[in-house]
Amino acid sequence: MSYVLIIGAKSDIAKEVARIYAKNGYNIYLAARESDSLEDLKQDIETRSGVDVKLKEFDITAYETHEDFYASLEEKPLGVIVVSGYMPEQKSAQKSWDETLRAINVNYTGAVSILNIVANDFEKERRGFIVGVSSVAGDRGRKANYIYGSSKAAFSAYLSGLRNRLYESGVEVLTVKPGFVATKMTENLDLPENLTAEPCNVAEDIFSAQQKGRNTLYTKPIWFFIMLIIKHIPEFIFKKMSI
Amino acid sequence: MGLLSWGMFPKIITKKFSLRDRAALKSYIEETDEFIPYGNGRSYGDGALNENILHVKPYNNFLAFDEENGLLTCQAGVLLSEILDSVVKRGWFLKVTPGTKLITVGGAIASDVHGKNHHVEGCFSECVEEFSIMLPSGETEICKKGDELFYATCGGMGLTGVILSATISLKKINSKNIRQTTIKTKNLQETFEAFEKYQDMPYSVAWIDCLAKDEELGKCLLMVGDFADDGDLDYRSKKKLSIPFNFPSFALNNLSVKAFNWLYYAKAKDGTSKQKVDIDTFFYPLDAISNWNRIYGKGGFTQYQFILPKEHSYEGLKEILTKISDSGKGSFLAVLKLYGKANENYLSFPLEGYSLALDFKIEDGLFELLEALDEVVVKYGGRIYLTKDVRVSRETFEKGYEKIDKFREFRRENGMDKKLNSLQSKRVQI
Ligand SMILES: Cc1cc2nc3c(=O)[nH]c(=O)nc-3n(C[C@H](O)[C@H](O)[C@H](O)COP(=O)(O)OP(=O)(O)OC[C@H]3O[C@@H](n4cnc5c(N)ncnc54)[C@H](O)[C@@H]3O)c2cc1C
Repeated sequence: MSYVLIIGAKSDIAKEVARIYAKNGYNIYLAARESDSLEDLKQDIETRSGVDVKLKEFDITAYETHEDFYASLEEKPLGVIVVSGYMPEQKSAQKSWDETLRAINVNYTGAVSILNIVANDFEKERRGFIVGVSSVAGDRGRKANYIYGSSKAAFSAYLSGLRNRLYESGVEVLTVKPGFVATKMTENLDLPENLTAEPCNVAEDIFSAQQKGRNTLYTKPIWFFIMLIIKHIPEFIFKKMSI
Repeated sequence: MGLLSWGMFPKIITKKFSLRDRAALKSYIEETDEFIPYGNGRSYGDGALNENILHVKPYNNFLAFDEENGLLTCQAGVLLSEILDSVVKRGWFLKVTPGTKLITVGGAIASDVHGKNHHVEGCFSECVEEFSIMLPSGETEICKKGDELFYATCGGMGLTGVILSATISLKKINSKNIRQTTIKTKNLQETFEAFEKYQDMPYSVAWIDCLAKDEELGKCLLMVGDFADDGDLDYRSKKKLSIPFNFPSFALNNLSVKAFNWLYYAKAKDGTSKQKVDIDTFFYPLDAISNWNRIYGKGGFTQYQFILPKEHSYEGLKEILTKISDSGKGSFLAVLKLYGKANENYLSFPLEGYSLALDFKIEDGLFELLEALDEVVVKYGGRIYLTKDVRVSRETFEKGYEKIDKFREFRRENGMDKKLNSLQSKRVQI
């Protein structure tokens, strides 16, 4: 059975995405920094689903290694899912260029670097799927987190262009825009329950949207409507708001 | 974000800590005055509630599966549904499962849950080969049948420590389908006769119409069954419907309960009929609708489940059903089950006899009714199921559980009563 490559495999969403693809019979490459620490997850998935799981050392900001990384995969994957992301604290990112750059590099530059390579291969083979986990924060810049948001906006634009380019070769590209997700990262935030998704539900949604060949996925779906409203507030009002 | 129990009552503000690794748990235990483990919150009452909650569900790796012998080792936060997703297609099933698959392995052990086959297979602890548990001291122990810690922890409602992982033995199956026989009865007498007649069937459960009165009192649909042998192991969980918000409180009144029960009974053929259904339909009919607890409205609901020794079951049930139908307080769900012998665990619920479980919306007058029912339960030597309870008094509780003093002493000796407490453990003082 084919492999699915998961980039940024250490996050809670990635873990559930890996489990669900394995449950449906795919073998899995888990790519992350210090991939040794994913030994338990490998064991978990292999025990649950009887598929093959391989751990791959990968740093999304080490662009120069990406060609070799992709070339080194024993078998080329059928699909690639980019889950990696970095959310700096807005206030500290405003003051620290390092923080800002890290957000841009993880969320945008690095993702583009690896996906350029993947896209060329998939286009040539005329098969495969690409899933990019972006964010609702990329739909409109807000003072509360526009540094993170703008890097995700760039990623969303990249994915939409990629979808357009790859359409002819039959390679499908899915843009995922999660709202709040209950993860390790957000554990101490007071998130509104009705708007907050569980990682396993996000993963289920991603799997089914990808299998159906959809273009964009908001999860939870209510975020589509929220962002529809937020996007349409006129700028002269929006700039005075705190949302 | 706070957590509620399945009954959505009581509503308290909780502080949650998610379990992800042992080292962090050890420091959490040291730093926290008092807490209670929380699995997936499918217990109805306040047994998993406290100001500090240890959320075990994120601790959910599979550790090993011996496919030859059907032995599965996993962390305590794994849901039974995840186990089924993994093992059914390989020809295995849980030896014991409750009426929902959305509970954790830790929760199954802590409540020592039972299923439709208690009269044959006993409680969940029967299939637990061993488990590991972190004690209030921060030490981890491996525990097996025969250890005192085993008897205290199985059914011990999270009051002895944090169950970390378990090895459970599974049951071999050759199909995801169940051959089911449905028997429609006219009254309690017939219901009891039907149970006796089919007691050799591995699985059985009855839905009672608890608004029926007089000569119809105790009429039911009894469903019995066993796994088919058709080699069809292609099991996939069904897509779920979801109740998106709490129903307004008037939605569930006597009339809608009557309508529901009427529909349910009208659907079944008179006498005896046969069906072939799959695992989810047979074992987990309620899981098909997620958040069904919201139909009871914001105020929440509770489940009243008691068991009576066999020799008094008939008269006791008759008294209780009469009281309920007189009160007019209805219940969608009234589940009657036959149980086999009690086990040795200190606080496990089952004993040889019949148990009835009923859902009630929380409303004025309800607790008075339930107290009146308690009196009947006590009179006939029965007991109340802790994992469903949110209101039982200490006296009623104690009269039902003869090993309670052993349990208390064990907790005291090991310093568990200082660290581990739930709203429930404080109320009934265990
Ligand atoms: C629709 C439905 C049907 C049901 N049918 C049945 C049935 O047929 N038979 C039956 O017996 N029960 C039944 N139940 C009750 C349910 O099986 C139990 O309440 C079960 O314990 C819930 O597990 P949970 O993981 O949700 O645990 P929770 O509800 O979160 O916790 C239950 C108890 O377990 C303790 N606990 C949880 N995890 C741990 C851990 N890791 N270590 C130590 N303690 C822990 C908690 O402290 C608490 O005391 C049903 C419930 C529902 C909602």
